[in-house]
Amino acid sequence: MNEQPQPLHAVAVEKAYRKGEHAVDVLRGVNLTIHPGEFVSVVGQSGCGKSTLMHLLGLLDSPDIGEIRLGDDRIDHLPSRTRDRLRNRVFGFVFQFYHLLPELTLLENVLTPLMIRHSMPAYWKNRKVYRQRASDILDRVGLGHRLTHTPKELSGGEMQRAAIARALISEPQILLADEPTGNLDGEVEAEVIALLRELNAEGLTVVMVTHDDALAKAADRTVRLLRGRVEDRIETPLRRAA
Amino acid sequence: MYKFLLCRRYLRTRYIALASIISVTLGVATMIVVNSVMAGFTTEMKDRIRGLLADVVIETHSLQGHEDPDALIARAMEAAPGMIEAATPTVEMYAVMSFDYAGEPIHRPVQLIGIDPRGKSKVGPLKENLASYQDVIKDGVIVAKAERKPNEPLGWTLTPIGMEIARREQAMMMYRHHLASAQNAGGGVVSAAGASAQGTDDGAAASDDWGGDTTFEPSEVAPVATAQDPFEAFAAPSAQPVAKKNGVLDGRLYVGKQLISVPFETAEGEIEERLLVHPGQSVSLTTVKAGGNGPPESATMAATVTDVFKSGMSEYDSRVVFCNIERLQEVRGMLVPDENDRTVKVGREVRLLSGPHAQQTGQVVRTDGPFAVVRLGNWYDPQQQEVSIPKVDCLPLSRSVTTVQIKLKEGVDEKAAVAALKRAFPAEQFSVGTWKDKQGPLLAAVDMETTILNVLLFLIVAVAGFGILAIFYMIVVEKTRDIGILKALGAGSRGILSIFLSYGISLGMVGAGAGVVLGLVFVHYINEVEKFISYITGRKVFDERIYYFPEIPTKVDPATVFWVALGAVFIAVAASILPARRAAALHPVQALRYE
Repeated sequence: MNEQPQPLHAVAVEKAYRKGEHAVDVLRGVNLTIHPGEFVSVVGQSGCGKSTLMHLLGLLDSPDIGEIRLGDDRIDHLPSRTRDRLRNRVFGFVFQFYHLLPELTLLENVLTPLMIRHSMPAYWKNRKVYRQRASDILDRVGLGHRLTHTPKELSGGEMQRAAIARALISEPQILLADEPTGNLDGEVEAEVIALLRELNAEGLTVVMVTHDDALAKAADRTVRLLRGRVEDRIETPLRRAA
Repeated sequence: MYKFLLCRRYLRTRYIALASIISVTLGVATMIVVNSVMAGFTTEMKDRIRGLLADVVIETHSLQGHEDPDALIARAMEAAPGMIEAATPTVEMYAVMSFDYAGEPIHRPVQLIGIDPRGKSKVGPLKENLASYQDVIKDGVIVAKAERKPNEPLGWTLTPIGMEIARREQAMMMYRHHLASAQNAGGGVVSAAGASAQGTDDGAAASDDWGGDTTFEPSEVAPVATAQDPFEAFAAPSAQPVAKKNGVLDGRLYVGKQLISVPFETAEGEIEERLLVHPGQSVSLTTVKAGGNGPPESATMAATVTDVFKSGMSEYDSRVVFCNIERLQEVRGMLVPDENDRTVKVGREVRLLSGPHAQQTGQVVRTDGPFAVVRLGNWYDPQQQEVSIPKVDCLPLSRSVTTVQIKLKEGVDEKAAVAALKRAFPAEQFSVGTWKDKQGPLLAAVDMETTILNVLLFLIVAVAGFGILAIFYMIVVEKTRDIGILKALGAGSRGILSIFLSYGISLGMVGAGAGVVLGLVFVHYINEVEKFISYITGRKVFDERIYYFPEIPTKVDPATVFWVALGAVFIAVAASILPARRAAALHPVQALRYE
């Protein structure tokens, strides 16, 4: 984005899910600031609310209490169309199960955020530029030779790299990765983490949710969630990349 | 953009959805077929009825009729300016038709319509219903060419076959007459011989006529065909001898086929219609005389069947007999003194008031000072006689009519025309109606059938809509996660909604399009399909003897096709709205978590 990167804040965020008559408190007052250019990992046991926190940060869901702020602006209460726009332009998402669209080729999958962003005539006018950009990005993640393959024909690592490429095409400020290596094994996992680090090194803010402490160490900073709250003491010192 | 891309991909990857619209396709196809066939039937039927009747009919209520047909037509033209294309005066009267078959006298009630062929053919295409203009088709093969060429104008001439039949009947009758004379007359050998000689001469002269001149004037042979008519003598002994006038034909008829035919089963089990009376043979008609104040008086005329018509409308084929209007007017006594125009001039029809030929009628051939030369018409005497008579002793006559048949110009609203005519023709004296009024119940029944079928078939398409709904719902459930992804990537609810709506529209269009194509192809090949089904089942699906059409008539109305297709697309869209709304309302987080 051409705007100046701004920090993302979660201010006293609370979120509860209803299951029948019982309300399950998932987040009970989380305060968190993601600075531009940071690589933050959010760790915690499963069910501690880390995915929920990521969804709130990425405007996929809205908090019951508390605010999400981008810079000085509160963004969680905006009308849904504005939030859709922000999701499309400010945030990039990477999910544990890749979530590529099975009917589309890799190239089309990567192009989806741009198709969503632009109206049909606008997209059609610039389709060649966009395609070039998409294939460049796929090249970048090492999939330049598989542009026309469908997700079914790819391995898990390749799919996740394609998912990262899709997140990158909209040139987001913040990449939100939810267990990006949860379904991958050793070597492939390392590749994906390396890619994330590389992107972070180029200035992209990365928030990675994981249950794996070892992976979390790849990040500049680790935020540990415990029963819906941030465990203050364990926050690792800032370790900026060179 | 992603909407259309995804919509297209879903179309291409989910053939099960196509299965759901097969019912739409079939529904659309069936509706098109049904509507086309129904429209074909109605159109064909209307054409046939209009061939017999006319667009609009003005009828007088009285038996006498109206003495001035030209004035009636002029009044109609004035009342409905620019609407009338043609009009012809006719005489319509109930009558009884009698003929002998196998020695049994047969009597049939008929509606006798006196027409002038030239005028009539301007009002309705009667020719298309006459047997002699049609090829004889059996099992789709022409077994006999039409006896008349299609461009031969409507007239009262007999076909060569008819002439032959007339000649034989005449010979037969002579023979009987000869026998009867020989038996009856004690000392009448001479007179019998004279009669037979006379008869033979007549017969020879007649056959000369028929053999030599194919474009003969019917008036030349008419006396021969009917003069010795047995019914004149036996069946209707009370028949009044009616003088034959110049330029006027003797009785000639087009008879409805069902009046003179019976179904007959052949050895092969096929049902044929056997004619009891063939063109060329004669029948006797008894109708009611015009005028007079007392009880109705009967009038009988003998007439030769010139042709047989078959309109396909049982009501007409078993009831209507067309005859030459001139003869009917004479027999019914519809020649009345012309009150409006008493001038005696060339060409006028007059009744002689004095002299040896008093009360006879004839036509003025020339005037000579105070005298007029009148050529008499005499029924029993083929010789035409001219007499000179003072003009004052000539009573100019006019011919009354009961009815005026009117053909409207193309595109003229019948109701408007009838309303205009009704204003000019007071209801106390005249009734004005369209052929539709006469066939109202039948047409209404056909209309209602079409409507009910359309409603039922549209319900089928609507049921198909529920199939689409179910399948769409399944697809939405299947695609829940993808919807979550799209929302995460910034797609709005509207975008998601439009994916599934355009999916529905596309499916509907594909279904309706396939249905339209299928339906039109079916309609185009409907007779081949019918033959095939008949061949498979061994039973005739479309029996032309029942429906009177050699082939299934169809008429494709583009507007109907358009509306049917539009309705089907609408139903597909309506069925996709609910699933699409559900998809649009999905919460992204729940959608992403959906397993």
